Amino acid sequence: MLSNIGIGLVFLVLILSFSIIYKAIFNLETSGQFIKKNIYTLSLFQTTFTILCFFTLIIGFINSDFSLINVYENSHTTKPIFYKIAGTWGNHEGSLLLWVNILVIFSYLFLVFNHTHNKKFRLYTLIFQNILILGFLFFLLLNSNPFNAIYPIPLEGLGLNPILQDPALAIHPPLLYVGFVGCSIYFSAALASLLSGYGGKLFAQSIKTWVKISWCFQTLGIIVGSIWAYYELGWGGFWFWDPVENASLLPWFAITALMHSLIVLEKRNTLYFWVIILCLLTFILSVTGTFLVRSGILNSVHTFASDPSRGIYILLFLSLMIFSSLVMFFKKYKKETYNFNLKSRETFILANNWFMAFFLITVLIGMLYPIFLDVLTNVKISVGPPFFNIVIIPLVVPFLFLMAVGPKFGWIKSQNKILHKILFLILSAVVINLFIFYFFGKYSFLSNLIFITAIFLILYLALDIKELINKKSKLELPRIISHLGFGMLVFFIGINYQFSLEEDFNLKVGGIKKIDNYEINFKNIKIKENKNYKAVIGKFKIINNKNNSVQYLDPEIRIYSNPDTLTYEAAIKTRITSDLYLTMSNVSRSEYYNIKFQNKPFMIWIWISAFMIALGGFVQLTLKKNEH
Amino acid sequence: MLTKKVKNRILFLVFVFFLSITAVFFIIKSLNKNILYFSSPTEIKQREDIPFGKPMRVGGMVKKGSITINEKNIQFIITDFENEILISYSGTVPNLFAEEKGAVAEGGLRDKNFFIAERILAKHDENYMPPEIKDIIEKNAK
Repeated sequence: MLSNIGIGLVFLVLILSFSIIYKAIFNLETSGQFIKKNIYTLSLFQTTFTILCFFTLIIGFINSDFSLINVYENSHTTKPIFYKIAGTWGNHEGSLLLWVNILVIFSYLFLVFNHTHNKKFRLYTLIFQNILILGFLFFLLLNSNPFNAIYPIPLEGLGLNPILQDPALAIHPPLLYVGFVGCSIYFSAALASLLSGYGGKLFAQSIKTWVKISWCFQTLGIIVGSIWAYYELGWGGFWFWDPVENASLLPWFAITALMHSLIVLEKRNTLYFWVIILCLLTFILSVTGTFLVRSGILNSVHTFASDPSRGIYILLFLSLMIFSSLVMFFKKYKKETYNFNLKSRETFILANNWFMAFFLITVLIGMLYPIFLDVLTNVKISVGPPFFNIVIIPLVVPFLFLMAVGPKFGWIKSQNKILHKILFLILSAVVINLFIFYFFGKYSFLSNLIFITAIFLILYLALDIKELINKKSKLELPRIISHLGFGMLVFFIGINYQFSLEEDFNLKVGGIKKIDNYEINFKNIKIKENKNYKAVIGKFKIINNKNNSVQYLDPEIRIYSNPDTLTYEAAIKTRITSDLYLTMSNVSRSEYYNIKFQNKPFMIWIWISAFMIALGGFVQLTLKKNEH
Repeated sequence: MLTKKVKNRILFLVFVFFLSITAVFFIIKSLNKNILYFSSPTEIKQREDIPFGKPMRVGGMVKKGSITINEKNIQFIITDFENEILISYSGTVPNLFAEEKGAVAEGGLRDKNFFIAERILAKHDENYMPPEIKDIIEKNAK
């Protein structure tokens, strides 16, 4: 029943997409400045039906309608309602439907909100976006249909992987999808701009809101994923340079570069072709990431039960996308002459782009090298975190410095005399760093440099905030928040990395272990029955001999029955200055439990700083509204 | 005679060229230094040139009944059904670590029969098998 409704709706959307393309092509040739009303109507219907389609699937999950294979494979009647709903996008087919939803919604919103722009440009954008929609709809129907029925109807579902039953992971995919799939709209717009010749400043204005929205959501999505990894995977780290994390970083680098050079295009009407490249690249990288993850080529946390035919389809689609964008780009490419003064803001923005390109290439090489080597020589390797750390971290030093100084330069040519200010602030940063070095511990030369530049950036932005308050202008606020967030992020990650305490050991119930100034007492274990799992809860008393404080931590081992899996839940005591982190595991019912104990300084500040980066983007979005 | 503008541009290009060369060199060099090779117990037995102590990965199935735990560490045997290797590890294990399941250990070789692991890799799907291990098992099953 639901299966038929769902498939019917998908077909409706498919037909609507075709008719939108048809009408739009027809409308291109007619004179007049306005897009025909019926295109708006069709587009509205398309959006409504796609959303309905998604709701149909959600209803299937809520009612545990196991006549759908997708629900049967990924849900279970005993699952809490929240995770039943989240299960909708927690699997390949459902997430693809969400993907299509975002493509369609963005397509409609772009059509409606950009009514001041050139008609041809908007129509072309609509056409390209609908071609993308069609591509993914066919993929959905032919290969990954979430509405496929199963007969006879099973009585019980297989359940959702317990590790995914988590609030952070329930919102992580939708956030990332808005971020990654949202890029599609300026991919289409970039192609439309090339075809219609509607470039320059006006083009920049038409896409900038969309770039910001997708940037914000990408950033948020990555942060939420990272938080999840921190408390769920039980390593106590938050970034592992896992291939999938890398896949999410690639578009983020491209989009961050895009966001910056877009300002140059808008203000100075130059760098048009570079902006186009970035627009195309961002979405291409998003799809590449999806391809690598869904095809099972990369293996990691996210490996959906993989299926090579999926990979082949996405790969075909991806090559088609890349090929057509390359053809269109080089057909329309004209040489632009740049005349940038070294001491101008545009030069610094270009510097940002270089750094982003460097980070992007590094991560890309680290990610793809093992795949190529495996295919070519059958040697199996993996590229570990040290590679990324060694290549990327040194570059962060000049990056932070330029991030502070760059925005203070004016456009075109600037006579800004800020040398003494820079010197003064560097000196202050060195002094603060010396304090940290002297009182808290020693670290390497490179770490010193990182700390100094991070503090320099923070100080510099503090002065910017003072200036902002004096001027009473909010214009610079988003930039300051985001950059400050980044400076703090680097600083706190540095502190966290340098001063973390980590110890692995095995302990019996009742045992005591001393580490530094901590004393860990394994008091007891309790067993608790929950709705969909059984929990073994350990009670640990942590005595800090330095300040005689006592903390209790209770990590869990959860035993899920549908499907049969164990998960280890970390116990985390978050405080302003540090997190106490303890995980416990048990192998083959041994009397010894394996314990990992960590004290991680300023953990919460890492999250706060990361959220500040995203917050800057959101503030900018609200500012723009107020100005109009 | 070159004008100042042209001169600047040439300087700039040379600078960029130089910079990209160093960047690429730097990336490739650290890439080669930080590769982790994956080996099966059989490969470790057979290869003459295998380095001791250098970071690498070993994978296979955890042998039934081989897990022992004491105060300091966990020891278990990884097998590819031809050869086996003893792994010693201290820390929490991933949730899917169990006897007769695939596991990948990251660490260094002490000798050809003994491996000290820094990390046991977590795989988050009960049906999932690391492709490396799958290959080995398929090969030995034949």
